[in-house]
Amino acid sequence: MAQVVLRGINKFYDTVHAVKDVNLQIRDKEFVVFVGPSGCGKTTTLRMIAGLEQISGGDVSIDGQVVNDLAPMDRDIAMVFQNYALYPHMSVFDNMAFGLKMRKFDKKEITQRVKEAAEILGIGDYLLRKPRQLSGGQRQRVALGRAIVRHPKVFLFDEPLSNLDAKLRVQMRVELKKLHQRLGTTAVYVTHDQVEAMTLGDRVVVMKDGVVQQVGDPLELYNRPANKFVAGFIGSPAMNFANVTVADGNGRLTAKNAGLEIEIPGTQGERLRAHLGRELMLGIRPEDLHIARAGDPVGLTFNSRVEVVEKLGSEILLDVRVGEDSMVAAVDPATQAKAQDQLRLAVNPERLHFFDARTEAAV
Amino acid sequence: MIEGAKWRKWVFFYLPMAFFLLFLLFPFYWMIITSFRPDGELYRPWNAVNYNPFWTTKPTLEHVKYLFEETLFSAWLWNTTFIALVSTAISLICGVFAGYALSRLNFPFAGGLGTGIFITYLVPQTLLFIPLAEIIRNYNLGDTPWSLILTYPTFLIPFCTWLMMGYFKAVPKELEECARIDGASRWQAMLYIIIPVAIPGILSAGIFAFTLSWNEFIYALVFLSSPAQKTVPVGVTSELIRGDVFFWGPLMAGALLGSIPVAVVYSFFVEHYVSGLTGSVKG
Repeated sequence: MAQVVLRGINKFYDTVHAVKDVNLQIRDKEFVVFVGPSGCGKTTTLRMIAGLEQISGGDVSIDGQVVNDLAPMDRDIAMVFQNYALYPHMSVFDNMAFGLKMRKFDKKEITQRVKEAAEILGIGDYLLRKPRQLSGGQRQRVALGRAIVRHPKVFLFDEPLSNLDAKLRVQMRVELKKLHQRLGTTAVYVTHDQVEAMTLGDRVVVMKDGVVQQVGDPLELYNRPANKFVAGFIGSPAMNFANVTVADGNGRLTAKNAGLEIEIPGTQGERLRAHLGRELMLGIRPEDLHIARAGDPVGLTFNSRVEVVEKLGSEILLDVRVGEDSMVAAVDPATQAKAQDQLRLAVNPERLHFFDARTEAAV
Repeated sequence: MIEGAKWRKWVFFYLPMAFFLLFLLFPFYWMIITSFRPDGELYRPWNAVNYNPFWTTKPTLEHVKYLFEETLFSAWLWNTTFIALVSTAISLICGVFAGYALSRLNFPFAGGLGTGIFITYLVPQTLLFIPLAEIIRNYNLGDTPWSLILTYPTFLIPFCTWLMMGYFKAVPKELEECARIDGASRWQAMLYIIIPVAIPGILSAGIFAFTLSWNEFIYALVFLSSPAQKTVPVGVTSELIRGDVFFWGPLMAGALLGSIPVAVVYSFFVEHYVSGLTGSVKG
């Protein structure tokens, strides 16, 4: 149980600046997820916490102690790797016991802890098998077991679910969450999958090009993204973007381009008044669009032409063209729509996002 | 295989395979048959009555007996075994550590060093024995097993190092990282995790090294002179070819007995050996 503090962490590989000035305070028992596209520096950050990568600048401290110069074994952490990294020549039992043996625990304690972890993970029947005799999901459990037997201060996960098939991934995600709730150990988790990040994280850190874009709880990232990157990365299907100009139509602000003109509601409008006449990026999530009904104010609707209909069962995704922009609308599954239909869409006025066209920061 | 394409399999697989096998195995067959033929049959002209070069009706062990009773063959066999085992052990130890270091430790010039080691392997033995002979003479090692035990590693170590380098590179580095997080030092991680995982690679390097030193001829011919010190390849050819007289029976029996240990070693480890060559580590 410990808090992990990153203070101005930097990583250089020769001339490449892979991680840029990351500051983060991970609280005791917290589950923090680093998410971002590949090459964004999330794994490097994790490896610096683990001690597998030299820290080029800044401090990492675990439980109040700066660990920059400590070897991985002295940091009291456990790590689960993407390819599981099970020792192929050892049985499941020995795999899980290895860390305890290295730390000179006595035999009885080792057996008890391994049995206990195996019980939690439901791999008690496989203790004598070799890793190659296990399925992907079972290997994943062994890798988790190897981490939990040690009762470390911090768990580090490096994309542990990405080698599993989709169904198993969802199942293991839930188990991971339960496991964390049960053990309450501080955990740092790296993934490129935003759904994993949202479902697992108490807090999510979105990274891009080595820079932290936003830190917050999942809904905060979803509802109030700090910039266009976070807005587009979090949420599935991704947020729609359209370049618009803020115009004043008879005292009411509108966001306008060739294909749409949307009235900006009062409070938000006041904030946007400073951008009058300027070009902004309008962001609308697919789930905040619906097919216009009679009661929808005209100022919140616009015309679109359906290009593709994706029937997912629980909802229908309409790929539509609005003026020069392509958008996706997630609509009621009962909707009857087909390609080339002309539809009038309405937007939820509370849920409009605006970003600076140049800096891409939310405004 | 599609039905009706059977002849294809015959033409493109079985026939070439049969030809290949025949081509490869015939010398061995010839060696075996000659070893067990009486001299009377061996030195018959080709146009004699009942001449049958491929078979004998009167197999004999006289050549083998001659080999052990009239020559120092047992001493040669022992010399060869001893030299091959010790030089293989030395080369394997050096090769495993060097291969590990070159593939895993980030130190300056690691890449260049690896290439350098490979280049030394490319220097032909037929040239290298000249300076080595000088060294052997200076250290008074001539005509002792040590002249070979210490010179064989000049080509065995580069060979083992390269083989092991390739093998270690194929072992996922996460295994080692995980061991180090688990509390193992670099040394322990290597000892408990990497080396056991690399056993197939180590075995194949060992078999190759053993075979190379078992069959080595040039150095053995140059550095050893007294009959009692010789190795099998040199002993057989120098003691059983006297002037222009070839003692075919004992020669072939010597060759046969000399190749059996290698064949045994190969077939014993063949499974490991093959997986070593393909470098497969399944996690």
